[in-house]
This record gives sequence, structure tokens and C-alpha cells, in this order.
Amino acid sequence: MTEREPAYIAGAFEHPTREAPDKSTMQLHAEVAKGALADAGLSKDDVNGLFTAGVPEYQSGLSPLVIADYLGVDASYVDTTDYGGSSYIAHVGHAVSAIRDGKCDVALITLAGRPRSRGQATGSGAREIRTVQDSFERIYGATNITMYGMAAQRHMHEHGTTAEQLAEIRVAASQHAQYNDDAMFQDPVTVEDVVESRVVADPLHLLDCCVISDGGGALVLVSEDVRDDLDREAVEVLGHGEAPSHHDAGRIDITRTGAESSGERAFAEAGLGPADIDYASIYDSFTITVLEAIEDLGFCEKGEGGEFVEGGTLQAPDGDLPFNTDGGGLCSNHPANRGGMTKVIEAVRQLRGEANPEVQVDADVALAHGTGGSIATRHGAATVVLGGEGR
Amino acid sequence: MTWEPRPVPEVNPETDRYWQAAASGELLVQECDDCGLVYHYPRSLCPDCFSEKVEWREASGRGEVYSYSTARTMSGWPEDDLPLVVAYVELDEGPRIMTNIDADPEDIAIGARVEVRFVDTEDEDVSIPVFVPANA
Ligand SMILES: [Zn+2]
Repeated sequence: MTEREPAYIAGAFEHPTREAPDKSTMQLHAEVAKGALADAGLSKDDVNGLFTAGVPEYQSGLSPLVIADYLGVDASYVDTTDYGGSSYIAHVGHAVSAIRDGKCDVALITLAGRPRSRGQATGSGAREIRTVQDSFERIYGATNITMYGMAAQRHMHEHGTTAEQLAEIRVAASQHAQYNDDAMFQDPVTVEDVVESRVVADPLHLLDCCVISDGGGALVLVSEDVRDDLDREAVEVLGHGEAPSHHDAGRIDITRTGAESSGERAFAEAGLGPADIDYASIYDSFTITVLEAIEDLGFCEKGEGGEFVEGGTLQAPDGDLPFNTDGGGLCSNHPANRGGMTKVIEAVRQLRGEANPEVQVDADVALAHGTGGSIATRHGAATVVLGGEGR
Repeated sequence: MTWEPRPVPEVNPETDRYWQAAASGELLVQECDDCGLVYHYPRSLCPDCFSEKVEWREASGRGEVYSYSTARTMSGWPEDDLPLVVAYVELDEGPRIMTNIDADPEDIAIGARVEVRFVDTEDEDVSIPVFVPANA
């Protein structure tokens, strides 16, 4: 256990919209900020820490200034770490550090985006050349889904993982989504539905892929002093770890992710292990993303993820490792093509007993994990371990 | 395979030799004189030991399929170039490099032997290495 100052998530808010043709991205940022502050019982003027990966569609390193200006936030501390969809989980860890150091005591993290309204072909679209690596990847039509497809293909080759086992992950998410009125896809699906859906990039089917949605979310982290003045139940951040992972000059093993390191670091800081986790939010850009993360976080041995997810392991409330009880990115929401934020929000709901009743777990300790960028080349892994007030 | 309007690589001082070599039918890798690492993609210093004593070396152009995925749809890509096999090939010299495999997807498997071919781009100084089944 840490002897350092504790820090808490006091506010969490997910935008209910999944399609926002008549709103601006900045408007969504503001709406989720307002929602999370209201959830905490704080006001905008309390905010002195601003954590954001910016506005992806602006492609601007100056977007934190855009956000601070638009929201009218007077910040004493800013962090703009951006490594894709896991950024918002990293921000939780960074905000804890800033709060412990006394750099701020009310930290706001926001995410918003409108890829659905903008008609983006997120996973299967060819992309322009921007970085030095792109000249060796995107010229070949390497898209998000072909990268994850290669990871799945190799995992199947090495470990005998099957399409049906990957499908179990979508099935569990869809079972949960039926109780989420905001979810984009609320109909439960079967293993057959998944493996009979059209192949987008072998061996991944359409239903192995997450939704494309507009929306956003926000979190408010506070110091112990601030928490003590709030009426709201807060969630303690027990541990955080992160690990950008890459091609390693050609030695990449695409069946493994940075979760091996980020998870180990988060568990070490929390003084806990996989067996202590009552509920897990795991970034689910694709079903294979979840499978590799489950193995790498230590919930089962490497290569045994396929067997592990069979038989309802991931299904709330009775499975051994209930996951993504909001329906996750596969069925509910993937705002701005970045799923880290909603992973933390649902973990907070679980620990506060505010998940949808049919999928509420008796959870004292939860984990949220993100994989941003793209496995099979470069990605950011970030993990947090969270504790409820009952623990 | 139709090539255009696929993206053409951006050539910089660290990589121009790689692309030009490809235009004359050679696949290059880089090797560190100090630690022996053979690596891809090209860069001016060794990503293992930071030595700047790195040399270009002609690769055999042979290797095996490490993994692959066949894109059935891709927005922003020529329709008649689909399905497109995106793959990692592990070169006999060591590094795993991303590429395409120009073959019927049914004829591709992990572990299969492949060899390099070069595809011209609209820039005559730049060709792109792809792979085909060996001895095909
Ligand atoms: Zn070296």
C-alpha cells in the first residue's frame, strides 16, 4: 500500500449522445465538464488542474489552450499527454501525481469528439503519411483494423485461439448493453452472429469491431481535503501504470502489449494483484484488444485468453471477471475513437453502486485499462486500479 | 496490383538510400557495427545502443510470413486493389517489416516462405518492396 497522499475521483460523467450533428466538439467538451463537476458537487471555478489529450480533429498541439480558453478555466497545472485512447487513463495517474505534489487540488479531464457525424471510416480507412513510421506502414494500407487483424491472426497461430472465442467478448458486451439505454447497439448477439458477420479484415468480423460514435466524457479528481468537504462518494486511485510500446526496430511480438508493464506497475503501486479485481473495464477497440489485455494484465496465462473468456467469464453479474458493464466500445460508446475515458467512468459507476442494476457487481476494487494507438506497431498502455469506499 | 493513388513514402535524408535502392531492385537493412543489431526501419543511430556506427547492408530479400490480415474494404484505397494483404514478414536477417503480399489470400499462411519484389511509384527514384510466395 502506498503511504503517499491519497487522491480521489469525485466526479464522472459520460455524455448520453452517440450522434451529435448539431453540436460542436467544444460544446461537447463543455457539456461533459459541466456534468462531471455537477456530479462531484463542484463548480467550474474550483478547477485548477486541466488534463486533456486535446481535440484530435484539430490536430493541434495547442488544443489545451483552445480548451482552457473555451471553458474559461484558470489552471495552475496542465498535462496534455496524448497517446491515443489510453491517454485519459494515463491522465488519471498524472492528476494523482499533480495533486500529491500540491500543484492542483481539483483536476478536470475531458474528452469529446464527433467522428460519427464527420463520417470517418475510423478503423478501415487508409490514412495520410504524417510520421516517419507511416512511410513504412501506411503505404501498405496498414489501417487500424489490419493491424489488429494481424495481431489476432498471430495469436490464433501461436495459441490456437478461435474466432468463436473472440466472439465471446462481443457476446458479453452485448449482454450488458441491453440494459444501457444510451448504448448504440442494445440487442444481445450470439457467437454465431459474430462469426457470421462479414469479415472486414481477416480474421476480424464486423462485430469484432467497436462502434463509431460521437460524444465524450469527463472526470474530476480531487485531493483528500477537497473530498472531505464533498457529500459525494469518491473513488480512490490506488495504483497507476503506463507503458508506451513499439515496433522495437523489428523485434515486435504482436501477441503481447504494453499491458504487461502498465498492469504490473499499477498493481505494484496498489499493493494488489489480478485476483483482487472485482470488476474490470478493458479497452475494447476490437475483441482481440481485450483478449491480449486480459492475458497481459495477468488474469490468465499468455495464450489462455481464448479459453478464459469462454463460458461467460466476462458477463456480469455472475462471471469471474465481469467487464465493460456499460456495453463498452463494442456496443455502447467510443467517443472521438478513444475509449479510455468511458472505461474509467464505468469503473467508477461500479464502485459507487451506480451501474445499471442488472449488471451491478459487488465491487470494492476495480481496474480500468486502455490500449491507445494500434497494437502490432505502436501503442500506449495505461492501467489504473481503483478502490471504492467500502473497501 | 494497381498502385496509384496509394500514398508514396515521404523520403528524408535518413531513408532516401533505402527507397532509391528499392528502385534499383535491392532491399536494404541497417546493421550496428557496435552491437550487431540488424534493424528496420532505417535511422541514423542504433535504437539499441545509440551508436552512430551503423551500416547499410543488402538483405537477401527472403523471409517468412510472421502475420497477415486481408483487408476486404478500405476507404481511400483503390477498389480494384482489394482485397489487400497487409503483412509482417520476418526477414532472414532478423527484423519484422510491414509489407504487402501480392498473392491470393488463400495461398498465404503464417510461416510461409516469401521473397521480395519491387513496385514502382509515381516518383521514379522511389520503389516499394512487397513480397510474393517464394519460388512462385
Ligand atoms: Zn547498436
